[in-house]
Amino acid sequence: MSEMVLLGDEALAIAAIHSGISVAYGYPGTPSTEIMEFIQEYAKKEGRPKAAWCCNEKTAYEEALGVSFVGRRALVTMKHVGLNVAADPFINSALLAINGGLVLAVADDPGMHSSQNEQDSRFYADFARIICLEPANQQEVYEMTREAFELSERFQIPVMVRLVTRLAHSRAPVRVGEAEPEKPLHKVEDAKTWMLLPALARIRWEKLLGRQKELLDFSEVSPHNCLELNEDFTEYGVITTGLAENYYEENLPEMQVKPSHLHIGAYPLPVAKIRKLADRVRKIVILEEGYAFLERKLRGVLPPALPIVGKESGDVPEAGELNPDNVRAVLGLGKRRVFKLESEKLPARPPQLCLGCPHTDTFAAMKKALESFERRVVTSDIGCYALGVLPPHSMGETLVCMGASIGIAKGASEAGYRPAVAVIGDSTFLHSGISPLVDASAADTDMTVVIMDNEAVGMTGGQATVLPSFQLEKVVKGTGVDLDHVKIIEARRSKIEENAVLIRKELEYSGLSVIISVRECIETAKIKKAGVEK
Amino acid sequence: MKYDIILAGVGGQGVLSVAAVIAGGAVRERLFVKQSEVHGMSQRGGAVMSHLRLSDQPVSSDLIAEGTAAMVLAMEPLESLRYVKYLSPDGVLVTSTNPVRNISDYPELDGLLDRIKSLTRQRLVDAQGLAKEAGSTRATNMVMVGAAAAGLPVKTQALEQAIRDLFASKGEEILEINLRAFRLGCLKQAAWSFLPARLQRLPI
Repeated sequence: MSEMVLLGDEALAIAAIHSGISVAYGYPGTPSTEIMEFIQEYAKKEGRPKAAWCCNEKTAYEEALGVSFVGRRALVTMKHVGLNVAADPFINSALLAINGGLVLAVADDPGMHSSQNEQDSRFYADFARIICLEPANQQEVYEMTREAFELSERFQIPVMVRLVTRLAHSRAPVRVGEAEPEKPLHKVEDAKTWMLLPALARIRWEKLLGRQKELLDFSEVSPHNCLELNEDFTEYGVITTGLAENYYEENLPEMQVKPSHLHIGAYPLPVAKIRKLADRVRKIVILEEGYAFLERKLRGVLPPALPIVGKESGDVPEAGELNPDNVRAVLGLGKRRVFKLESEKLPARPPQLCLGCPHTDTFAAMKKALESFERRVVTSDIGCYALGVLPPHSMGETLVCMGASIGIAKGASEAGYRPAVAVIGDSTFLHSGISPLVDASAADTDMTVVIMDNEAVGMTGGQATVLPSFQLEKVVKGTGVDLDHVKIIEARRSKIEENAVLIRKELEYSGLSVIISVRECIETAKIKKAGVEK
Repeated sequence: MKYDIILAGVGGQGVLSVAAVIAGGAVRERLFVKQSEVHGMSQRGGAVMSHLRLSDQPVSSDLIAEGTAAMVLAMEPLESLRYVKYLSPDGVLVTSTNPVRNISDYPELDGLLDRIKSLTRQRLVDAQGLAKEAGSTRATNMVMVGAAAAGLPVKTQALEQAIRDLFASKGEEILEINLRAFRLGCLKQAAWSFLPARLQRLPI
């Protein structure tokens, strides 16, 4: 056993490597990105495992299924909203007889540090009827990830490891174990267990339902679900999940008594342990990081046998992250006295585009081109350029999910509001912008798509896009857009005027135009330059 | 012993390097360490903060509770004020006096510094000036580590070693600049003796 100081993400990465994975697939997304980056760095030195960014989370998940099908272990990484994209293969994969261990590492973002919502992936694991492990610290991240591979093979299901931002991006020393060798190739023998034709899928569904009892048995005896009873104190008991345990422990020294406490780190929910706790207390306090998942399950619809206190009851904030302060009230502790220095009057400092960012020059040209149109719709998308919706650029009125800019602009245009302009980055376009562009192309919708091609996944740290920049034009043309209306411009300050003229012309054209605005991300250019000088 | 530090600055100022150096030094001294970082969107020129927890006992929470931090260590004066609520009554605020004015409503600097000076336990450092003296304004963050060093439960040598670990791969010149910056910052710490711990309480 050796000790390393690791981010939660890195602890997960090294655990997957030590579990003998053959491949890791994923799509960059805060706070999950560093998992893949760590494996890629490792692979650069050691020659394995294969670790690759994919077009999107769905393709990543499907590719991992292929690895499992032939008997080897695979890791898939994504952020929480990425699982919406991968939901189709994910949910269906629970019906397959998973062969090589398949672990889905998904990082939720309560508090929305870098996301559009704070959805809780535990619902997905529950929906798919599989096991979810939820570590509370970096050491558990390592141990649970290794266990997840074993569980996946033992129960022939995919297993989810759920991280949250504060764990993914927090560093602590981790004791790591011995590495296992890669698994030999061993293809699924009975392919019927991987063919979800209705008749066969019914059999697989029965199989998965039948397995639920085994999963529950696992959960009931798992040391990750730890019940400590205090028989002398019955006023209330506490159930924590995930990181909430840490905030509870942080406040414990100030509490008069140590109540009975159940910590849940493995799902499905350990029903017997929950009932055992409920038998001994007169009230249950629930602290969970994420949605009120456990609380809703316990409360249900019928009048509860016991009062249940938590997020839904209004005793713990339902939105945002938990922290050592906002769990105090429900534990009977007063607010700590804090020093106030009119700090609420401080101006905010939101993130902004880097100085010299190519997007700035594209926005400037667009602004000029759009000036004369009184009515217009500008939709934006997920990436650095989303910061353009804020002043001074104010370019973009919608921001929904990866790839949505194109579909929303199409709908607005077809409803009669024009010009309609979609702003989308190169990586986001490859992620989920191609399909709506095919729709727009098929209908020759009167709209303009501006692809901001900075040859990088900028917001998550400048990862390479899945296809190099010069391939993008071919992809766009391949969707069937009229070739006279596919334009390439350079995103430079010196070209703002001429770019504005060109954009304006395309806005006036009553059909589909695609403008690819090209200049490398200033950050990745800097990094490359530093590398050359070195 | 526990020593909680809020590290603050603007994206690009090297807050995470400050965290890495102090945490690296603390690990060398066999302390338990937890360090929460902010990645992604917030790094783009926005406010950045990191919770750094040092203790001789295992640390559970990744986040520091309000009213309990021993130090707020900031690379930028406006950012230093943002986290005053985390300071314990005898906590100290250490900040650079050099503003990063990348927002249109940045407050008037003198007033800002006056607000910081109204705290009983604070240290203001012209970190940029010292970093320039050391060879590069990019080493401003290491000046601040030096300026904070006397208050930290980590020996100066351990911090120096952590700086060597962090910058070794960047070449001799960059390493030397950062070490010089750290040492110049250390020289500014004499004034710590004016601040006997637990005697001067902050107004609450």
